[in-house]
Amino acid sequence: MNKKPKLTKDMFLPVDNDFKEAEKIARPSLSYWADVWIRLRENRLAMIGLITIIVLIIMAIIGPYLNGYTFYEQDFTKKNLRPNAEHWFGTDSSGRDLFTRAWYGARISLFIGFMAAFIDFVIGVFYGGISGIRGGKTDNIMMRIAEVLYAIPFLLMVILIMIVLERGLWSIIIAMSITGWIQMARLVRGQVLQLKENEFVQAATAMGASTSWILRKHMIPNTMGPILVNITLSVPTAIFVEATLSFLGLGIPAPQASWGTMASDALGSILIGNFYQLMIPAALISLTMFAFNVFGDGLRDALDPKLRK
Amino acid sequence: MKKKLGSTLILILSTFFVLAGCFGGGTTKEPASNDSGKPSDETEETAPKVLRLNNSSEPGSLHPGTAQGTHDSWILEHAFEGLTKKTQEGEIIPGMAEEWETSEDGLTWTFHLRDGIHWSNGEQVTAADFEYAWKYALNPESASTYAYQLYYLEGGQEFNEGKAGEDKVGVTATDEKTLEVKLAQPTPYFLDLTSFYTYYPINQKVQEANPEWYQEADTYVSNGAFKLTEWKHKESIKLAKNEHYYEQDKINLDEVHFVIIDDENTAWQMYQAGELDLVYPLPQDVQGQLMANNDPEFVAGPDLSVYYYNINNNVKPFNNPKVRKALSMAIERQTIVDHVAQGGQPPAYSVVPPGIPDVNGDYQENTGKLFEENLDEAKKLLEEGLAEEGMDQIPNFTLTYNTSEGHKAIAEAVQEMWRKNLGIEMTLENVEFQVKLDREKAGDYTISRAGWVGDYVDPMTFMDLWVTDGPYNDADWSNAEYDKLVQTAKTTMDQEVRMKAMHDAEKILMDEMPILPIYFYTKPFTVKPNVTGIYTPINRYPQFIYADIE
Amino acid sequence: MFNYSLKRICLALVTLWVIITLTFLLMHSIPGNPFAQEGSMPKAVYDNLQSYYNLDKPLLTQYGLYLQSLLQLDFGPSLKSSSISVNDYIKNGFPISLHLGAQAMVIAITFGLIFGVIASLNRNKWPDYVAMVLAIIGISVPNFILATILINYLAVEWQLFPVATWKSWSHTVLPSIALAMMPMAYIARLMRSSMLEVLSQDYILTAKSKGLSRYSVIFKHAIRNAMLPIVTVLGILIANLVTGSFIIESIFGIPGMGEMFVKGIFNRDYPVILGSTIFYSAILIFLILIVDLAYTWIDPRIKVPGGRK
Repeated sequence: MNKKPKLTKDMFLPVDNDFKEAEKIARPSLSYWADVWIRLRENRLAMIGLITIIVLIIMAIIGPYLNGYTFYEQDFTKKNLRPNAEHWFGTDSSGRDLFTRAWYGARISLFIGFMAAFIDFVIGVFYGGISGIRGGKTDNIMMRIAEVLYAIPFLLMVILIMIVLERGLWSIIIAMSITGWIQMARLVRGQVLQLKENEFVQAATAMGASTSWILRKHMIPNTMGPILVNITLSVPTAIFVEATLSFLGLGIPAPQASWGTMASDALGSILIGNFYQLMIPAALISLTMFAFNVFGDGLRDALDPKLRK
Repeated sequence: MKKKLGSTLILILSTFFVLAGCFGGGTTKEPASNDSGKPSDETEETAPKVLRLNNSSEPGSLHPGTAQGTHDSWILEHAFEGLTKKTQEGEIIPGMAEEWETSEDGLTWTFHLRDGIHWSNGEQVTAADFEYAWKYALNPESASTYAYQLYYLEGGQEFNEGKAGEDKVGVTATDEKTLEVKLAQPTPYFLDLTSFYTYYPINQKVQEANPEWYQEADTYVSNGAFKLTEWKHKESIKLAKNEHYYEQDKINLDEVHFVIIDDENTAWQMYQAGELDLVYPLPQDVQGQLMANNDPEFVAGPDLSVYYYNINNNVKPFNNPKVRKALSMAIERQTIVDHVAQGGQPPAYSVVPPGIPDVNGDYQENTGKLFEENLDEAKKLLEEGLAEEGMDQIPNFTLTYNTSEGHKAIAEAVQEMWRKNLGIEMTLENVEFQVKLDREKAGDYTISRAGWVGDYVDPMTFMDLWVTDGPYNDADWSNAEYDKLVQTAKTTMDQEVRMKAMHDAEKILMDEMPILPIYFYTKPFTVKPNVTGIYTPINRYPQFIYADIE
Repeated sequence: MFNYSLKRICLALVTLWVIITLTFLLMHSIPGNPFAQEGSMPKAVYDNLQSYYNLDKPLLTQYGLYLQSLLQLDFGPSLKSSSISVNDYIKNGFPISLHLGAQAMVIAITFGLIFGVIASLNRNKWPDYVAMVLAIIGISVPNFILATILINYLAVEWQLFPVATWKSWSHTVLPSIALAMMPMAYIARLMRSSMLEVLSQDYILTAKSKGLSRYSVIFKHAIRNAMLPIVTVLGILIANLVTGSFIIESIFGIPGMGEMFVKGIFNRDYPVILGSTIFYSAILIFLILIVDLAYTWIDPRIKVPGGRK
């Protein structure tokens, strides 16, 4: 025989009419960037990268002041000392404190990196943006020019330009910027071409908006994602190129230190067993590249809607 | 689609493998018995004695007339021989010429060539070969860098400048074995010059038949202890004993192999790994360590050169001698030598290096210290000098040096010394060697690093540098008294008069300090213990003509 | 397809011409006279040198003469070494650089793929971390530092390989490894992320559920698809190999084209600089052209541009 379930009164309470409550089951609505940030935060490796970058920047600013030595004072009685209590990173072959030089070098290397990336960004965004929006013949010509410049091996170009210019910080930055913007321009152009088809752009044009207004207000904010990733990844490239230039004697003039010049100065020191002089700038360069690379990758993943969980 | 992709990649990969295989197989293998550098089995008497050296750079030209520097001369000095040659002590002894006479006025020299001298192709070496070679170097069409070395000959300079004909040059082969030389003025060190490579002979027949004979090993003809057997451009050069050399029984080596490695560090590592028998130059830090440890393989050879800073005397306030002297006095030379250059170099308080015989004793020893380092005096002079120029501070200026770790370290040290001792702000600039030369000639610099190697063993090779409007006077300094003294020393054969004049001239030079001497070079190198017989005459690279390997 | 190829080839030639012109102009604006020397040169001698190398003619004439000689495949004489012409340099140096580059590429691709696949199959376990750390080192440490360390340990200390020059096969090992590090690391990372993406695709799941062996799934399906992005970046990697060879050849004393280029710069040897720049660019343009055309041939999904939208 069937047993009927016992029916109690509290099974028949009225349903809650609060629709807003219903939505609480769903994810709260987020702005685009907040969403990106949350996803980024969950990527442990990327966060390590970000924190490393921040620490490096902080050390670059305050590091040279931390232990009272300057980056240029020489003391030959204390040359080639291993890291010790007084000189935390040791000294180089002229008795200069390596800790101070390392963070002074951080300033220069990071400055070159960021500056080159920034200039690439500015030129690239406007070149690619205009090319994309204008389309047609303008686009064609602009892109052909870019292609031609792109065909010259980057390092080759930089070296050639460095021979013509005088040695110096800005020469290096300029040399790197002359062809560095092309990838950015291509990226932006691609994005712009895609977005151009959207209705909101048609609407804006119909309302009489100028090209630059559309670029600034609509295109660029919507392409910031890939642009940021590109910037993040071009910083380490710049640092790498700078190190190579230093090796070829085309780097920062002495006695200023960049990680690149510190590394190439120290190549001879391993012949007499002083590995730390080479390891320190090498480790710093690697750390920086690692940090930017994982952060850039994480950013790219965070921006990719396909990976949304 | 996938298949296409896969097969394409396999195609690309296999292409790489094939290419690697093609080019990988074609390289030659070194004779194993010499690769390790260890004296292996003594019973193996038939193993050839091969000396392995590094020439640092591809030779610019292995033609005696158009050679450009040490990357050419090291090989030339062993492939060729001039009228005379030098011993370890720097003594001039007969080479191709067995005896010579000079006229009373010192203007005419007559050389008599010895018997049995042959080119590496068997032909006889004649006096005509010398005459031909010297005229070839002086010919403006040859564009010889060292033609000026032959200006001592009558008519030499005029011919080279295109103002006179070849027949006016004072060298004639009066017969097969006699060479008559007429000089433009009496030159006491002329004999020394005849051992310099610009004075080597050239086989006239070979040159006329094939003007490019010197560019490849199979067409190369020379008259010295060794002949060129292989030249893989930018890679390696091989010399072998010249069986036609008149003294070939004194030559122990069978072959000499040069690699061409530019990077000092790499060359040192090759030496450490036993792939080279001798290394020169050495990386600075390595030098310091070897000296400090008294390493038995380290040899502190002598050199005849001075390391100095050129000052552009036309730029204010460096036109003022007091300012220049102040700069000089504020440099701590001993510190630089001990901790930066690290080669046991003597600090320079004059310009002529040690090693040149004076009337009595050594010229530089007799010179002594022509100035002293003194910080207080330096500060005082600087103030006075600036005041005289109407300035109260030296503006930030640039010191230019040619790209090299060594020069950079020294420049950094000097920069710091001037900052610490005199409160001067200065920028360093490194440019390529060619650029530096160009800018010095054009006067487009403020202070630049320079060095000068003596061409012959006499103080004149240095004193001559700073005569008014001299071709090497990049400082653009001028002093009439100095010019007069130098001229005196050039035109007399009386050594006492000459030496005194040059000593006096040097005093004037150091009094006005148009250039800042830093140190006198040494020639530190390392050589494996099983290699003997290497000697270093003062202004030559290590000579291996009589070397032997155990 | 044919039209497209023709267009691309024409474009490539135009690009080459632009590069030649640009480099030519750059060369002649470099400060420094290749004939400057310690002493003075008598005017007669200097004039002779100038006219022999056509340096006394107006710039336009020199340009015309140079283009003419290029068409005859004559790159001119070296200003520094009277015994060698630029053609000789290229003839001797190119096979060597090609050998070095090819060997490095083989190492990079082989080990890059292996590490990338291993890492992706053992995600977040120790083989993954090890592989990725090695990859980071390969990307972030400048190759001249790597080369010096390799020489110091493998050649000097442990005497496993010779230090330098290019005489036998064992001489080629260290330089190839040093040159391969960066592309290998790059390929490893790319392969890893590509494999991860492919492995998460539906068709892999389908294959697995159909009962295909793990081996079959990985090799027959996953790896082949994952390799596509690698082909895309091959062009860039080869370009990097070319520029990386400058440093490696200089350090190891390898008489290849990279070393010739660096030397040419320091000697202000215009024909050498011009010759090597043009040669490199030509090769790169050619390679990229091949990769581009091969790509369109391989993957029909990519629409050939040229039609109307």
